[in-house]
Amino acid sequence: MHIIETGNVAAATGVKLARAQVVAAYPITPQTPLTEKLSEFVESGKMEAQYIPVESEHSALSVCIAAASTGARAFTATSSNGLLYMSEQVHWAAGARLPIVMCVANRAVGAPWNIWNDQQDSISQRDAGWIQMYASDHQHIIDKVIQAFYLAEKMKIPVMVCYDGYLLSHTYMPFEIPDEAMVDSFLPPFSPDYALDPGDPQNLNTVTLPDVRENIHGDLAPGYMEIRRSLHEDMRCAIVELGEIDKKYYEIFGRGGSPYVEAYKCDDASFIAVCLGSLSYHLRDVVDALRVEGIKMGVSGIQIYRPFPDQALVDVLKSAKGVIVLEKAISYGNQGALFADVKAALYPVKERPFVHNYILGLGGREIKTIDLYNALKDSCTASEAKVDTPRWIGLKL
Amino acid sequence: MSEKTSILNLPEEELVHSGSRACSGCGLGIIYRIGLKALGKNTILVVPPSCLTVLQGLYPIASTKLPCLNVTFASTGAAATGVKAALNALNKKGITVAGWAGDGGTSDIGLQSLSGACERGEEFIYICYDNEAYMNTGVQRSGTTPQGAVTTTTPIKGKLQQKKDVPAIIAGHGINYVATCSAAYPLDLYDKIKKATTIPATKYIHAHTPCPSGWGFDPKYTVKIGRLAIETGLYVLYEIEYSKWRLTGPSEKLLNKKLRPVRDYFEAQTRFKSITSSLISQVQKQVDEKWAGFAS
Ligand SMILES: Cc1ncc(C[n+]2csc(CCOP(=O)(O)OP(=O)(O)O)c2C)c(N)n1
Ligand code: SF4
Ligand SMILES: [Mg+2]
Repeated sequence: MHIIETGNVAAATGVKLARAQVVAAYPITPQTPLTEKLSEFVESGKMEAQYIPVESEHSALSVCIAAASTGARAFTATSSNGLLYMSEQVHWAAGARLPIVMCVANRAVGAPWNIWNDQQDSISQRDAGWIQMYASDHQHIIDKVIQAFYLAEKMKIPVMVCYDGYLLSHTYMPFEIPDEAMVDSFLPPFSPDYALDPGDPQNLNTVTLPDVRENIHGDLAPGYMEIRRSLHEDMRCAIVELGEIDKKYYEIFGRGGSPYVEAYKCDDASFIAVCLGSLSYHLRDVVDALRVEGIKMGVSGIQIYRPFPDQALVDVLKSAKGVIVLEKAISYGNQGALFADVKAALYPVKERPFVHNYILGLGGREIKTIDLYNALKDSCTASEAKVDTPRWIGLKL
Repeated sequence: MSEKTSILNLPEEELVHSGSRACSGCGLGIIYRIGLKALGKNTILVVPPSCLTVLQGLYPIASTKLPCLNVTFASTGAAATGVKAALNALNKKGITVAGWAGDGGTSDIGLQSLSGACERGEEFIYICYDNEAYMNTGVQRSGTTPQGAVTTTTPIKGKLQQKKDVPAIIAGHGINYVATCSAAYPLDLYDKIKKATTIPATKYIHAHTPCPSGWGFDPKYTVKIGRLAIETGLYVLYEIEYSKWRLTGPSEKLLNKKLRPVRDYFEAQTRFKSITSSLISQVQKQVDEKWAGFAS
């Protein structure tokens, strides 16, 4: 069924279809309507779940951590300062290997207060051990939420589904709601290997030493470092798994085919813009305009940021002359985080393209198509690679 | 209390292995052992960082025979909520959920999530063992450290502020059961936890828990110190069942009797080495007034 609704409703509908069993969330703009929608689903009986109206984001993720440890499919959602407030739990959920799914309606972080969109919130949680997916439109949101549960449970790694605040969370767009029975056939019920159970008592997340240690039977159990390494290794495996999931999803729902990078006119492109989220669709118009002028431009929207899809990205970018990374976040005192990642991925390529970096849209600063056009054109017509220092689009002072 | 358990009819099965990592003479060792007997085997525990985390052992060896979720410092109330929510979602009935946290994890950093859970009326028992400081990190002051006590963050003058009355704060949420108890009276603790398992929604139990290492007394005097706290009237054992407050057990027996002077309690512990005579008199006056109120 096709409907026209907001991105937040697309997310809530995905969570309902995925049959999340425990939902705990705390309102924050622009995530709030998602929370409201889920409470309505549960209270009206349209969704069979425990909805816990917690007193903070820290508690929201705590509830999910405990619920997942007890064997339930758990979901939360937040934005901005809410994500930062739960940061301790974000790391904990990954270390405890819990398949929680969380939507992040991306928003600038304070100070100063600002409720508008950028991606500094989720990018700042990059190294917490979560898988991060980025949606470009409402169809992406609902599809990725459903896939996220599958991926999380398969890999035992929590997944963030990030989408731009307001630009996606509050705008109305048509999207298809996947059929309930088909979702059930795609996503089986959550059945963890172990869970808190008086019939099989286990002590979870106990103090773990730097070194390995024998258990009572004399077998070596991992130390902290082995446990952390396996998180990293499994993160890398999640890339392959996402490809499988995408195939399966395509077979059932007819959508997919680009789980890592959504490339638009990149096949013959001399220059490729790279970004996360809805900006990649905005840039398609700019690509078309530049092509009219004979500049062979393309745009790649990165679908999964952690684990980083380096190989898939290199395959798209390697024959281009130039790559332009546009970001709504910055690693202060250095450069855009994505820019650094793209450069690192391209490093082994012998004849690698130059890579430029633009920072834009922070705190909801309007991203004008003409500014994008000028920036890309400038990068394409520059005779040589410019210095790494990020340049800023849309600054007025 | 309807039925009083005696040492003869306490369940024999131990749910804590012997040889835990707690200090010798640890009051927590007493209440954890007896408390788990009261909770029974069909229980899931939630524990934040504290001396209890250490008592429970280092991976891959655990000293507790019950399933236990170790959680972050501030999150016990929310985590217990999540365990119960999952049990409800999975239709697993009859399992008791119990949070066990120190005074720091309860009165300070964990107060918000506990308050949220109490306000929502979540179905679990919360047990705060109050050793009156952050012992796990080396005896720093907490909200429940008593006035006059020297800690590593009140190193010279002793704590200037009064002890936070956490059971009263929790009772302010109107939950169905709030009780205080003491490691020196483990059977009273047993009966109160047992009663809590029969009452719906959120239950809160606050256990005064002497700590030889942090309080400065010989480990063989743990029970003696705990009793002194009760016998001097400084610490009061009571329960609030469906809003009805009453003195219980050892404290009930002290009603209209002469209490021991609080000075005896202070002089038995090195943490009160810098307490002044005037503070002792002031505390004595507060205790006398409090008990006069109970008598009337
Ligand atoms: C967020 C956070 N802050 C600080 C700590 C360090 N910490 C661990 S245990 C502890 C004190 C625990 O005190 P209490 O709850 O009274 O338990 P006790 O150790 O006294 O048994 C502190 C400060 C932590 N683990 N997490
Ligand atoms: S420091 Fe105190 S509470 Fe902690 S284990 Fe030692 S005696 Fe017990
Ligand atoms: Mg303490």
